[in-house]
Amino acid sequence: MTTPVLRLDGITKRFGPLVANDDISLDLGSGEVLALLGENGAGKTTLMNILFGHYVADAGRIEVFGQPLPHGSPAASIAAGIGMVHQHFTLADNLTVLDNVMLGTESLWAPRQRRAEARDRLTALERDFGLAVDPNATIGSLAVGQRQRVEILKALYRDAKILILDEPTAVLTPQETDSLFDTLRRMVARGLSVIFISHKLNEVMAIADRIAVLRQGAVVASFDKDATSREQLASAMVGRTLAEPKRTPLSAGGPVLEIKAAGLSRRHGGQRLDNVDLTVREQEIIGIAGVSGNGQSALADLISGLVMPETGSLRMLGEPVRRAGPAAMVERGVGRVPEDRHSTGVVGDMTVRENLILEDYRRRPFSRFGLLGFSAIATWTDRLIDSFDIRCSSAAVPVRSLSGGNMQKLILARVLAREPKLILANQPTRGLDVGAIAYVHEKLFEARARGAGIVLISEDLEELLALSDRIAVIYQGRLSEPQPVENVTLTDLGLSMSGHGAFDRGADQSHAA
Amino acid sequence: MDVVDLFLTVGFWAATVRMATPLIFGTLGELICERAGVLNLGIEGIMTIGAMSAWMWVYQGGDLWTATLFAAMVGASFGLLHAGFSVYMGLSQHVTGIGITLLASSLSYFVFRIMLPGVTTPPKIEPFAPLPIPLLADIPVLGPALFIQSPLTYIALSLVGVVAYILYRTPVGLAVRMVGENPMAVEAQGIDVFAVRTGAVAVGSALMAVGGAFLTISVFDAFYFQMINGRGWICVALVIFASWRPGKALLGAFLFAAFDALQIRVQQASSSLIPYQFYLMMPYLLSIVALIVMSRRAAYPKALLVPFRRGER
Amino acid sequence: MRLEPREETPVWLSASAPLAAIVLALTLCSALIVWAGAPVIDAYLSLASGALGSRFALSETLTRATPLIFTGLAAAVAFRAKLWNIGGEGQLYAGAMAVTWLGTGALTMPPVLMIPFLFLIGAIAGGLLLLVPTALKIYLKVDEVVTTLLLNFVVLLFVNFMLFGPWKDPLAMGWPQAAPVIDEGVLPLLVEKTRLHAGFILALLAALLAWALMRFTRWGYEIRAVGLNPQAAEFAGVPMTATVVRTALISGGLAGAAGVCEVAGLKGYLTLDLSPGFGYTGIAVAMLAGLHPLGVIAAAIFIAGIYNGADSMSRAMDISNYLADVITATALLAVLASALFTRYRLRAG
Repeated sequence: MTTPVLRLDGITKRFGPLVANDDISLDLGSGEVLALLGENGAGKTTLMNILFGHYVADAGRIEVFGQPLPHGSPAASIAAGIGMVHQHFTLADNLTVLDNVMLGTESLWAPRQRRAEARDRLTALERDFGLAVDPNATIGSLAVGQRQRVEILKALYRDAKILILDEPTAVLTPQETDSLFDTLRRMVARGLSVIFISHKLNEVMAIADRIAVLRQGAVVASFDKDATSREQLASAMVGRTLAEPKRTPLSAGGPVLEIKAAGLSRRHGGQRLDNVDLTVREQEIIGIAGVSGNGQSALADLISGLVMPETGSLRMLGEPVRRAGPAAMVERGVGRVPEDRHSTGVVGDMTVRENLILEDYRRRPFSRFGLLGFSAIATWTDRLIDSFDIRCSSAAVPVRSLSGGNMQKLILARVLAREPKLILANQPTRGLDVGAIAYVHEKLFEARARGAGIVLISEDLEELLALSDRIAVIYQGRLSEPQPVENVTLTDLGLSMSGHGAFDRGADQSHAA
Repeated sequence: MDVVDLFLTVGFWAATVRMATPLIFGTLGELICERAGVLNLGIEGIMTIGAMSAWMWVYQGGDLWTATLFAAMVGASFGLLHAGFSVYMGLSQHVTGIGITLLASSLSYFVFRIMLPGVTTPPKIEPFAPLPIPLLADIPVLGPALFIQSPLTYIALSLVGVVAYILYRTPVGLAVRMVGENPMAVEAQGIDVFAVRTGAVAVGSALMAVGGAFLTISVFDAFYFQMINGRGWICVALVIFASWRPGKALLGAFLFAAFDALQIRVQQASSSLIPYQFYLMMPYLLSIVALIVMSRRAAYPKALLVPFRRGER
Repeated sequence: MRLEPREETPVWLSASAPLAAIVLALTLCSALIVWAGAPVIDAYLSLASGALGSRFALSETLTRATPLIFTGLAAAVAFRAKLWNIGGEGQLYAGAMAVTWLGTGALTMPPVLMIPFLFLIGAIAGGLLLLVPTALKIYLKVDEVVTTLLLNFVVLLFVNFMLFGPWKDPLAMGWPQAAPVIDEGVLPLLVEKTRLHAGFILALLAALLAWALMRFTRWGYEIRAVGLNPQAAEFAGVPMTATVVRTALISGGLAGAAGVCEVAGLKGYLTLDLSPGFGYTGIAVAMLAGLHPLGVIAAAIFIAGIYNGADSMSRAMDISNYLADVITATALLAVLASALFTRYRLRAG
């Protein structure tokens, strides 16, 4: 191995009682792609945030090109040649690509910006690395894949020698992922070094030279790509054998939810829906694939009862739905697992108990004559905490102190306890560890076996392929005809997600007609 | 007097420009704070203490320009206090702002009382004299209206351009705008979010204080209790009206001041058919109307009111 | 050293935070007393005796606390729902105007009916006044902070107009004041030879009711959920509009009741200086109380004591009584900062 460009030595970081990074040591060689593999919550992102200076490590040291890196300073990390592509993009939507790239590249007290020079330099970089983006476009108008290019360009513009990418493929189609890998190879050919963070084995095997596996905050193994296998990586990553629940064949029953020619314009803040048809039947899971920002939230809002379609119709169990309202949808038997647990799923500062009744508090015996029935609430919520195995020190602690997995269990408990006929599961496993993911999948399968119809919106294509009976693709507000999962390949899905309708010829023609 | 004639009188336009001045200072100050993502409801109190400290400086023998500077520094210190609470500690900007207003105005009154015990009629000072700009002042109507004004008015007018230039053409302006949109983006580029926000709040508060000072050392010659009289809150409304743009803020301040000047003249000219209290209500009602008209389209800086905490998960 | 979120806040800590804030505020403000040339200890002793030193002083403090309990509750309830009602001052005057409108002879009822009636219409007036900015917030997304603030000025000018115009009492020898409330509407005194009136008992009752509302009822649960995370509350099906409107009516109503107390309990008639900023001070009261309705009682009595004490201190030692406002504002900021230590803990390393 060549001399390391980056050396991490004994990095430790605690968040309260949780040890996020436990004495981690790593080397990165010049021109090398090092993959940091680990499931959600293994401490990958924390480690990289320490490296980039967002967090300060409790112990340990970092050397870049042989020089010690000061703690807790993104400016120092940038100056040392580290560039980071964050999982949640750090871009200002209302400003242009050029503004976003230029920020911080000039002395703050310069009397004016050198925009022309910056634009030339950016255009040259775009050409060199094959990352075309219009410098004058506002970020808000760009697709997710393009925004990621801007993030990479930001790092290249700052002369990054070491590029860290945090779960960069989570938001991309398979084809976009391939093109990202091309870009990364080009960078490595020019002497850059890359740290690639992922929990996806295929991708790690496709791009990495070396793979370090993180589990529960510690490096548990390190492999050369050529000397390892998917199976070896998988067992190192998870550390235990988990039976991932499998889909059992069931025949779908009668329609639960029927959406006909639904349209929604942009006024509602969400994205547009264009002439969407969708029928969900009992005992089936319909997967919705798509690059984020193509109408998934609008569709979810529609099913959640937050908005009504402006055109078209919505029927639940054969009854037309005429008025929007989350409470009304819940009453009709819709269970909703929202996309963002923290911001939409729970009230973080209210207790576990109070959150468990958030959809039920109006019902007797939880409230009577306007008064809350505390003993009935306690009995009910204790039962849910028990049967859904929600780990909390007491039912009276605020929900924000729960782990992501337990928060999701709480939401599932709230939703499933009512035995809903239809379940909307919007990114139900995002950010969860393998155990919690298996738990969520199991619960969804149980509901399906009980007779519920399920709409599963996910960015994780493997999850969609594993769970769905039928899969539809959403692109620019249009939803394709759902196809039986047996007929769907990853490549087809990727093409359809980027608007090349290989997946969905039939539906396209019907729209054109 | 005919209303049409009114628009042709020099006095009307001169009064408009004069009344717009404190609003321009206050609105620009608030605009800078909000562009950086911090709502500064301390404005009413900061304008009050600016008015008091500038006046007191002159009354104690200081000259008018150092008084202006002094007011700006006092304003900036209250801005720093605000930033300590709202930026560094990440506390509610609403409550912090109200707290700063209560503190700054009560301190103004307390200090005034302590330094001038037992006065019943407020003593007077010699305020800024109008400064005619050579040649320009000779233009008919426009000249006397625009170019025979207090030096502070000229500063306010040119500040509009300066603030616009800084916000849109300089690296520091980009950082301020960005920190109001997505602080994480600023942090990820190696710039200290806290420093940018704090700086913006301090500079913005300094401008507010000068706006208050204008009232005591330029328009009037004394400090009265309650003299800011909601002007600060009107500035907060004007920032929304202006969609956070300095040019539109100038326009808003002028519209407002023109309306104010008009109501005073109509009030003097017309018989007592409409009680004067209703004229006095107009600026406040007008602010509310302006908010109603603009709020639906208002594109708030995305990170306005959102505290930034480093290294927190 | 760094801050780290606490899982739970111990009760002793939430309770001692405001006390620490008050001590800090008094310490900081002693610098002003020194500057004014008075001995600090004597000044504070004089302040304390002016607030609590005699039966009369105590009764005056409780009298002054009465409207502050109401405006403090108004702010506390609204802030719980993140409805930023800074218009307590205007709502107080709205309540006072309602009493003047119907309580000065337009209607006559026996006291048992008249007094509740006056509180009802005062509360309705205050509630309706807050409903305007609330509706603007809900339907047109107009920021309620600015509108409630601006409406304070509008209402005060309207009172000014009424007192110099239609409502001017010809028997008041030229003073701008309205006709007195009829005898049936006057709140009875609680203690002879003091000004402490039945409004104080009603204020305590209101605090108790507000506490019960927040703690035991569905509405209170909804108000808290909407305030803590509106997005999650809406998603779960909490009726947003109804909750915010309800909050506005309760909050505005409480502030309106403060106005009723001052007119029907203390002064007997509406004047321009009915409230020396009770609406704004109510915000400080609510914050000192940690938005807890029962805490509001203690905070209001404390702040009222500061104001009354400062009055007598200013007479005795020639320190401007604006010191009370400075102490209140400093305490508000200090308690705000202390919230940081109740929600976070300081950890070494």
